[in-house]
Amino acid sequence: MTVVLKSAAFRAEREPSWRELEGLLDRVERYGLPALASSEIARLPALYRAALSSLSVARAISLDRNVLDYLETLSARAYLVVYGTRRHLRDALRDFFVHRFPGAVRAHRRHLALALALIALGAVVGHALTARDAERFYAFVDPAMAQGRGPTSSTASLREALYAPRDAAQLLKTFAMFLFQHNATIGLLAFAVGFAGGVPSALLLFTNGLVLGAFGALYRSRGLALEFWGWVLPHGVTELFAVALCGAAGLALGQAVVFPGREERLAGLARRGREAGVLAVGAVALFFVAALVEGLFRQLVHSVPIRYGVAAATFLFWTVYLARAGRRA
Amino acid sequence: MTAGGARTREVVTPDGVPLRFAIALAGDRAGAFLLDYLLVLAAVLVSVLAIFFLVGWAGGADLALAGALLALFLVRTFYFTFFELSWRGQTPGKRKLGIRVIDARGGPLTAEAIITRNLTRELEVFLPMTALAGPDAVYPGAPAGVALAALAWMLLFGLLPLFNRDRLRVGDLVAGTIVVRAPDARLLDELVAAPASRAADGFAFSLEQLDVYGEYELHVLEGLLRDGPAARPDALAAVAARIQEKIGWDAPAPDDRAFLRAYYTALRGRLERRLLLGRRRAHKLDRS
Repeated sequence: MTVVLKSAAFRAEREPSWRELEGLLDRVERYGLPALASSEIARLPALYRAALSSLSVARAISLDRNVLDYLETLSARAYLVVYGTRRHLRDALRDFFVHRFPGAVRAHRRHLALALALIALGAVVGHALTARDAERFYAFVDPAMAQGRGPTSSTASLREALYAPRDAAQLLKTFAMFLFQHNATIGLLAFAVGFAGGVPSALLLFTNGLVLGAFGALYRSRGLALEFWGWVLPHGVTELFAVALCGAAGLALGQAVVFPGREERLAGLARRGREAGVLAVGAVALFFVAALVEGLFRQLVHSVPIRYGVAAATFLFWTVYLARAGRRA
Repeated sequence: MTAGGARTREVVTPDGVPLRFAIALAGDRAGAFLLDYLLVLAAVLVSVLAIFFLVGWAGGADLALAGALLALFLVRTFYFTFFELSWRGQTPGKRKLGIRVIDARGGPLTAEAIITRNLTRELEVFLPMTALAGPDAVYPGAPAGVALAALAWMLLFGLLPLFNRDRLRVGDLVAGTIVVRAPDARLLDELVAAPASRAADGFAFSLEQLDVYGEYELHVLEGLLRDGPAARPDALAAVAARIQEKIGWDAPAPDDRAFLRAYYTALRGRLERRLLLGRRRAHKLDRS
């Protein structure tokens, strides 16, 4: 009795195309897609679909476990190559800053407004409480951040901090780096803890406002309010925007967890998480800009009107950019 | 692919074909992370040394400190994102341990998903680590009870993968991704003897003899035969004797391997013909 199995004949017929696909995949996985010639790249989708069709046929007619496992593996590997991320970093960046990021900000404008309101509320509360009792400054501001400034500092030393001489630029560069790192970490934290229902994000925004308000009250009590805000705002506009963006992202995550709406909770979280992640990454870029302004511009320019001018200009720039960029006319 | 009883997750490709992926083991993931983290630390160390080398000690400790902080932040934040973007869901550590990130719903793995799943690492890993190392840095002045509760809360996030079936960490939940074993099964030789070969000729089985077993037994037999030369002769002999007894084989069969291959071929042919007619037979007790 001679035995001709359909599954064996099927394998004999299709095996060359499987082997060809496997060879291409081996090279892509080891050296990346550029390792393939353009004709080979053009073959890839066709071979992938052939493998998928072979898998479907094999599931229906073959009981050879190894062939089934192999085809499943081969299809999965090809699937990962065909549907994997494969964009050039430059294109991805341009797309991100022209379309994705401003679009995501516009989509979250309510969360952003809430986040800004929380910071403002914190600032007002911090300001009012510190103005009433200067000792409360210590309750709101971490000593490392205050850098020796406090209710006991002399007015002269407080003023000096606002107009640092240029020869201390080195030290301030360190300070800017530290602030960039510190602020970006706080921002990312505000995003990440949004997973816990959004409450920690709101709290972080509020306490950030408290610190700002406490500083404001301290300087105001010495009649330096105008100079102080001129010192804070040039980079502060960008930085507070960035913190608020991270907070907004965290709040959006919290919303997805607490109020899933019609979606399945996990699916909603995944969708919102991706959108909110865009906000957080954009915010890191903003932090970087803020640190540059803080580290360079503020040390070089001491004129209060120019400082206010720059603050207004950055505010205008971010507002127009975030409101208009990438929008179809 | 599903060896070792690993959990699997079915993903439907955009082409509509379901593919099974084995979920990566928690240990593999922890190992991959440790490896990656060591690489991050090494990269930071190298960049700090490079700054010192370029600027020299005269440049001042401030600049070096600034560089170190910046490098640590940038490398820590973007290392995973960069590699998962450019290596299609793998980092060096993941590649070493043979695991990778895919989209949990079968779609393409988007840049947003990768960015998102790596940003939450701050919360899951680095915050608990800082809290363990120096509680004062995270919640200054808190009473011991509060600190302990906060630590437990953070550990709960960090250890989330151990508490769900798909080993999802918070970042996976938020980004809608899943970490699987990188598929790697190889195509082995066909076991079905070629029609003209002697091995298949010497044996003829009746339908009654073939209907003794089902697919499960077929796959066990396949596994035994695929062990190749490594299969112990006594195991082959024992299985051959058991089958011969079960199906009432009385003709001589001097070569156990040849007998088993022939029986495998005949059984597979019989079961596949039934399969074509839509009648699966899962195992020997399945009499449907």
